[in-house]
Amino acid sequence: MALDPAYLTYPKRTKGMDHALYSWSSLFDRPPVAWPDGKSVATWMMVSLEWFPITPSDTPFRAPGHMQTAYPDFRHYTARDYGTRVGFYRLLDAFAKVGVKVSVAVNAAIAERYPSIVADIVAEGHEIIAHSTDMNGTIASGLDEGVERDLILRSLDTLERIAGVRPRGWHSIARSQSFNTPRLLVEAGVDYMCDWVNDELPYRFDTDAGSLINLPLNHELADRQILVAQQHSVDSYAQQIGDAHDWLTAEAARFGGRVLPLHLTPYIMGLPYRIDAFEGLLADLAGRSGNWFARGDQIVDAAAIP
Amino acid sequence: MREGQADPGLYDFRPYRDRAKIQWPGGKSVAVWVSPNIEFYELDPPANPHRKSWAKPHPDVVGYAHRDYGNRVGHYRLAEVMERYGFRGSVSLSVAMCQHCPEIIDQVNALGWEFFSHGVYNTRYSYGMDEAQERALIEDAIKTVRDATGQTIKGWLAPALTHTPRTLDLIAEYGLTYTCDLYHDDQPGPVHVANGKLISMPYSLEVNDHYGFSVYNMSPRDYADTLIRQYDRLAAEGAASGTVMCIPLHAYLIGQPHRIGPFEEVLRHIAADGRAWITRSGDIADHFLAHDYDAAVQDAARYIGEAR
Repeated sequence: MALDPAYLTYPKRTKGMDHALYSWSSLFDRPPVAWPDGKSVATWMMVSLEWFPITPSDTPFRAPGHMQTAYPDFRHYTARDYGTRVGFYRLLDAFAKVGVKVSVAVNAAIAERYPSIVADIVAEGHEIIAHSTDMNGTIASGLDEGVERDLILRSLDTLERIAGVRPRGWHSIARSQSFNTPRLLVEAGVDYMCDWVNDELPYRFDTDAGSLINLPLNHELADRQILVAQQHSVDSYAQQIGDAHDWLTAEAARFGGRVLPLHLTPYIMGLPYRIDAFEGLLADLAGRSGNWFARGDQIVDAAAIP
Repeated sequence: MREGQADPGLYDFRPYRDRAKIQWPGGKSVAVWVSPNIEFYELDPPANPHRKSWAKPHPDVVGYAHRDYGNRVGHYRLAEVMERYGFRGSVSLSVAMCQHCPEIIDQVNALGWEFFSHGVYNTRYSYGMDEAQERALIEDAIKTVRDATGQTIKGWLAPALTHTPRTLDLIAEYGLTYTCDLYHDDQPGPVHVANGKLISMPYSLEVNDHYGFSVYNMSPRDYADTLIRQYDRLAAEGAASGTVMCIPLHAYLIGQPHRIGPFEEVLRHIAADGRAWITRSGDIADHFLAHDYDAAVQDAARYIGEAR
């Protein structure tokens, strides 16, 4: 028994990455990024606002947080809806208390079904990032290119029609892309995406149709990862984020501006027993002199990646 | 190993309480080595019939990008805090990193870190290889590291912990002296091989950051506390026995901004304690082979034939 001889050949074993999507680069060996007013750490909050059909699709895969029981899954359908009706408004109020502007990754279905939410987001100065159509709109290799293109354009067009402004950013469900996704996003006019978690600053991503920016949205710091997957308490979450902010602040003094991305989920963070600790965290961060709460588009613009 | 038999015959029974003491240099009680895994995972690797590379269809964006974060961000944080407290790394290396990212290899080679082989890529598995293919893999690792760093590798940690029944015999035949793939002890010990002399080097899955964060779901501070407890106990026991503590790490995990600060406190604790021989795996292997190997064989000999 032996493996196919091709298994021991390495055609992409050369300097740099094993693909042409982006170049290797050390975070610590780049021209320093300067945030407005000499701030050290851009704390970027990104809320995912999602609508889960009670009829889940597994093509190409079932989204995280989607239905789990046999049909009809009232439990998960309504618990996700809780986030949209209640939790999200708790978060909006928490942001308003400290005067923070955030990014909201919105399913097009949310805008179509609940235009008042979109109006509230826009009126309060938050940014809308396109987040597919609904939670059946997942992307992975194998998805027909035409279907994927249509999904991206329907998401952008719907959000533009209802919000009055075309989203500049894109966030895939579960950060999952096909090999076509970055190119399709460029062709759709998207400036930046928030899917690749390999860095802590925005960087340039290449496709056959031109380039766009990837703004990394750290999944390890997401409420889903820390509170749900790892099952830590919200107090531990707040401590971990505080520790991260401390570390990045010290680094910024030597290497230039840093980004602390906080990915938030209304049905996870927006619960009564968690929101006080989250508000405490926001107050803590707001009191730090080097902190800059920023939307994704502000970070991309301020970083001015060539 | 004895292929196909219930007992693979890797080593002899040798209970912890009845052994010759290992005397580490300087009268230290515990040999501490830090093992950053410096790995390259491929975006679109070929399929191995025995194990899937990625959970999702390629590109597995989060899986790939998370690992890539280690080589762009986390590595530099880890290397700096190690240097600050006098820890040189013993690198479990995907040797293709010598081609893909010589910047990192040159940096840590200059810092005096040791390299041992962790395969070519962490997305190429040894399962299913025939002997010629496995020899090619070992020869590739030896040559690649030698060409890139001038070092001759002494150790092996199988790529993604994938082995064949021949692996240990072959690495010993090629002159490697230690394997990090066996988890039966807190001290080094002889391993049975067809030719040459091979020892097991205590690595650890239990205090590996992958287990800490992804299996046991520890918070950063809980993981740091775990490492300090592991150290304190092994340092105390080592006064009588001579122990080894390995801290196996992945920069994509430990180098995250919420984790590196608590981890730094672990290195501060160990460096300040005074009971640790802070060293590299190859140095531990050299010392054990020169001073302790024969005594360990004699210890084991007392139990050979006791089975009834």
